[in-house]
Amino acid sequence: MKKSISFGLLLVLVMSLTMFASCAKRPPEPEDYPPDEQPMDIRTGERAEIEAELERQRRIAEEELEGFRDRDLTPDEEAARVAKEMDREAFLESTVYFAFDNSSLTTEARETLLRQARWLKENGDATVIIEGHCDNRGTEEYNLALGSRRAQSVKDFLVNAGVEPSRIVTISYGEERPAVQGDNEEAWAKNRRAEFRLR
Amino acid sequence: MNRRTTFFSPGFFLLCLFLLFSYSGKALADYDYINISDPFHRKVPIAVTVPASLSDDAETGLLAEQAADILGRSLAFTGYFNLIDKRAFLDAPGEQGITAREVNFGNWRDVGAHLLVTGGVRLEGRVLQMEFRLFDPFRQELVFGKRYTGEASDLRRMVLRFCDEMIYRMTGDWGVFNTRIAFVSETESGKAVYISDFDGENVRRITPADDIALTPAWCPDGQRIAYTSYAADKPDIYIRYADSGENELFSNFEGLNITPAWKPDGSGLAATLSFEGDEEIYLLTPDGNVDKRLTNSWGVDVSPGFSPDGKKMAFVSGRAGSPQVYILNLETMRTRRLTFEGRYNTQPEWSPRGDRIAYSSMSDGQSDIYVINADGSGLRRLTRDSGRNESPSWSPDGNLIVFSSTRDGGSDIYVMNALGGEQRKLIDMPGNQSLPDWSPVTGQ
Repeated sequence: MKKSISFGLLLVLVMSLTMFASCAKRPPEPEDYPPDEQPMDIRTGERAEIEAELERQRRIAEEELEGFRDRDLTPDEEAARVAKEMDREAFLESTVYFAFDNSSLTTEARETLLRQARWLKENGDATVIIEGHCDNRGTEEYNLALGSRRAQSVKDFLVNAGVEPSRIVTISYGEERPAVQGDNEEAWAKNRRAEFRLR
Repeated sequence: MNRRTTFFSPGFFLLCLFLLFSYSGKALADYDYINISDPFHRKVPIAVTVPASLSDDAETGLLAEQAADILGRSLAFTGYFNLIDKRAFLDAPGEQGITAREVNFGNWRDVGAHLLVTGGVRLEGRVLQMEFRLFDPFRQELVFGKRYTGEASDLRRMVLRFCDEMIYRMTGDWGVFNTRIAFVSETESGKAVYISDFDGENVRRITPADDIALTPAWCPDGQRIAYTSYAADKPDIYIRYADSGENELFSNFEGLNITPAWKPDGSGLAATLSFEGDEEIYLLTPDGNVDKRLTNSWGVDVSPGFSPDGKKMAFVSGRAGSPQVYILNLETMRTRRLTFEGRYNTQPEWSPRGDRIAYSSMSDGQSDIYVINADGSGLRRLTRDSGRNESPSWSPDGNLIVFSSTRDGGSDIYVMNALGGEQRKLIDMPGNQSLPDWSPVTGQ
């Protein structure tokens, strides 16, 4: 029922749009204008106005179409779409944390990565970028390598969990891109991490 | 030769120098004022006087003052000399005469000067002529004298040429006056490579401000700098000409391309790559292809640095569970561990003489610079209780070490002598500075 109403609305819109457009296309007769006015100017001004109106109509029509498609989903399908979007968000927001000068995966990290692997397997077209990061202690050079080692540990885990290696890219930022600023244990713990991005 | 023209540059500049006086022909040993291998060497008291104005205008006088200032500061920078306070001087050779015949050696002995420098400045149009003489007041003789001709804008360079000559005659090694320092500084939107003169003067940025650039490493030619940059959103190695700004991508293997180090003959670089899934050190050809893999252990291998003879390579490895310095013999391909004290030893740098290695060691959130003999003996700590002291790099004469320190809050570039003495800030600029690398001697 809802569906047919909106379809009707759309029909009316499209029809009126077509009529409006054909009106606009007909050039006004020169004798319609008083002699002291410049027909050219009026025509130009009028055309701009008409085109603006057309553009507005077109926008409305498109919005309606968009709404129409959404209403096409069943409540179940809609719920699935939202869930999928939330899964994607959760995948991107997941972070794996490490101990100081360490690239091995904690139990918590493994649990997170099992979820990450599941998502990657459900979304076979996604290519993930794993960023390895370090806290600001230690030296820049060693931290670049340690960040790489961390990203590599994550990659190895995902590959063992069944994700194709060709879908995983690693990149180390060493200590160059901290998640939080600060020179204390709390900040350091938040900065020793691997993050996920999609390409 | 090209090399010199590009370094000294400004266009048509021509530095003519010639021996002014027939130099007495005495062997270096006769003037053994400085023994740099003696760790307890006493500083030589030296009197640096304001050069005489040989042309008669106000500008000449200003240039003379400027020359005396640069001369004094540069000689003091080396740590070899103790400048005698001008207020103690009994004579003013700039007014009374600057030649051996005119100098009153007794008066200089009385103020304790073991060495005396006099000079003269003449400005004719745009042409600047300067002469300097080094005297020994005790022997009452001229050690050597030189005259330099150039433009007024070349003043600093002329003074430094004299300083260079002086250090060479007194130590047998070219000094640091013709060297530069590359380092990394934060910008408003990233990190960039900068270069400065040996004394922190003439700082300028040579890589884009909005990039992340790290670990600059001078090529032995003193012209090119290899560094890691995230210009393509991943760590790759680039090579940039310090003066022309010409930049080329050197290596962009999948994963890491970091910590480049030149072979001493410039015939290739070692760097850490991770394209095989593990962070290993590889030897790369001058065009960026893999020559061979140099390390083979699971875990991090990073920060290669060659011995001056190119036969050995120091590097950092996490193979023992914490980062330590190792030495790879490139002839036998055998590796031995160098550092055993401490849990976090990184950033090894071979001394120019090849006998020692400087590195940084971290414990309890503080880092300090240490020096150890290449055979693992003679460990010596150079910094203490002063925040994080990291990234040591030797001056090409082995007399000084540049490093970064957070003793003043942020991270700044400092310099000290090779025994840890006379630690002072070298560069004062906003943001944090790190990863200094001292260039080889150029242009001699």
